[in-house]
Amino acid sequence: MSREEAKTISGSLKRTPLHALHMELGARMVAFAGYEMPVQYRLGVLKEHLHTRTAAGLFDVSHMGQIAVRARSHAAHDAARALERLIPVDIVGLAPGRVRYAFFTNDQGGILDDVMVASCGDHFLIVVNAAQKAADEAHLRAELGNECDVEPLERSLIALQGPKAESVLARLAPECMTMGFMDVRVLTLMGGKCMVSRSGYTGEDGFEISVPPDIAREITEELLGNPDVMPIGLGARDSLRLEAGLCLYGSDIDETTTPVEAGLSWAIQKVRRRGGSREAGFPGAEIVLDQLEHGAPRQRVGLRPEGKAPVRSGALLYGEEEASASVGSVTSGGFGPSVDAPLAMGYLPAALSAPGTRVFAEVRGKRLPLAVAALPFVAPKYKRS
Amino acid sequence: MLRYTEEHEWLKLDGDVATVGITAHAATLLGDVVFVELPELGAKLAKGDGAAVVESVKAASDVYAPLAGDVVEVNQAIVDDPALVNADPEGKGWFFKLRLDDVKAMDGLMDESAYKKLIETA
Repeated sequence: MSREEAKTISGSLKRTPLHALHMELGARMVAFAGYEMPVQYRLGVLKEHLHTRTAAGLFDVSHMGQIAVRARSHAAHDAARALERLIPVDIVGLAPGRVRYAFFTNDQGGILDDVMVASCGDHFLIVVNAAQKAADEAHLRAELGNECDVEPLERSLIALQGPKAESVLARLAPECMTMGFMDVRVLTLMGGKCMVSRSGYTGEDGFEISVPPDIAREITEELLGNPDVMPIGLGARDSLRLEAGLCLYGSDIDETTTPVEAGLSWAIQKVRRRGGSREAGFPGAEIVLDQLEHGAPRQRVGLRPEGKAPVRSGALLYGEEEASASVGSVTSGGFGPSVDAPLAMGYLPAALSAPGTRVFAEVRGKRLPLAVAALPFVAPKYKRS
Repeated sequence: MLRYTEEHEWLKLDGDVATVGITAHAATLLGDVVFVELPELGAKLAKGDGAAVVESVKAASDVYAPLAGDVVEVNQAIVDDPALVNADPEGKGWFFKLRLDDVKAMDGLMDESAYKKLIETA
């Protein structure tokens, strides 16, 4: 058998429909969430990052899961009510053609996964993290399976991000110009029906495009044919989202962090909070609603090292240079090409979480000073109406 | 005299002082360098000691002392502009200079053709 066949059969890494294209584009591939994904192409992480903020970057994020949830009653309202049993977000009030950031919680108010929920009229489309997609599907089936069909979709996902994203996509679908931030529409791209949301993971204006897998390559090549567009790997995807202050599941948020600690209270609409008409009714509600009222003991914060050395995930944080006990840790850290400085995020006790607070991170046996900084590090450029 | 290590460092000997850097191959593998930490001037290093740290956007990497010696000079230029390591890794992107304890130890390291073979078969 060929090496390709042997590799797949031996249970090795999965591949997206764009794998061959990545190889042709000179991508350096890495293992991520069970997939072989491009970490960078020929430009390199730094230039790919900067290109996305000045023109348009194209990302293959087909490793992520896309799950359709449809009520057996065929009433969207029933599916929304069902989803609200798992998610502390207003889904009932999410109008068709709109997408919203959300998360599944557990009984301790911890986050099982962060997701995007789109209302497609008669069903909801949930985009989930690759590493969690099997668990998310099982969770949905276990909790909603009686009244909803839970269908993982075999579709690719590509993200087009940057100030030129609209002009690039408009060449294929001019209607995208009338979409505002967090709108979702079915657009026909090169003869194929695609679900397109004006959203992303970079802080830039842009689109996330759910594509039938058999035309994924065609659409991707068409977009790459535009001189403003470059292919962008996961390396730059990570530095872009870090600058945008966005969480990475498994690093900044996980089952031990509540949405309040994680600084995601803004995603929990008033209707689900105490006093709201659909208050609570999700796992861990007591804890989360309590924290919304009284504050959480720790907070996710932005961190700016005072020097040039990056401070990476796992570094322990101290309130004082000579302190013996750590008070928190760094959950994401690296370098921000757009600010030409090292950046990090981590958790600190509420008392040390005000911007400007000076804390110390232990790096290679030394205590390096950092300042707590407001997030995001780079201002977002969403197209809000 | 130019020699190489298996950790992808190069050494250029001038008298008893060796200039040390990372090879173009190493720089390519590393990706865009964003931070460099150099050894202290006067530091006494044993062969294999951690001498410097070089970080890309994604990760940190150690640069080791290829041979025993004293650090007699460090290249501030790459601290000020880490991109220089990618631009000219085997020239202006040098890291530090070591006064070698034993110049003859250079003979035990790979020459250019041996290093080329190493990276070809990698």
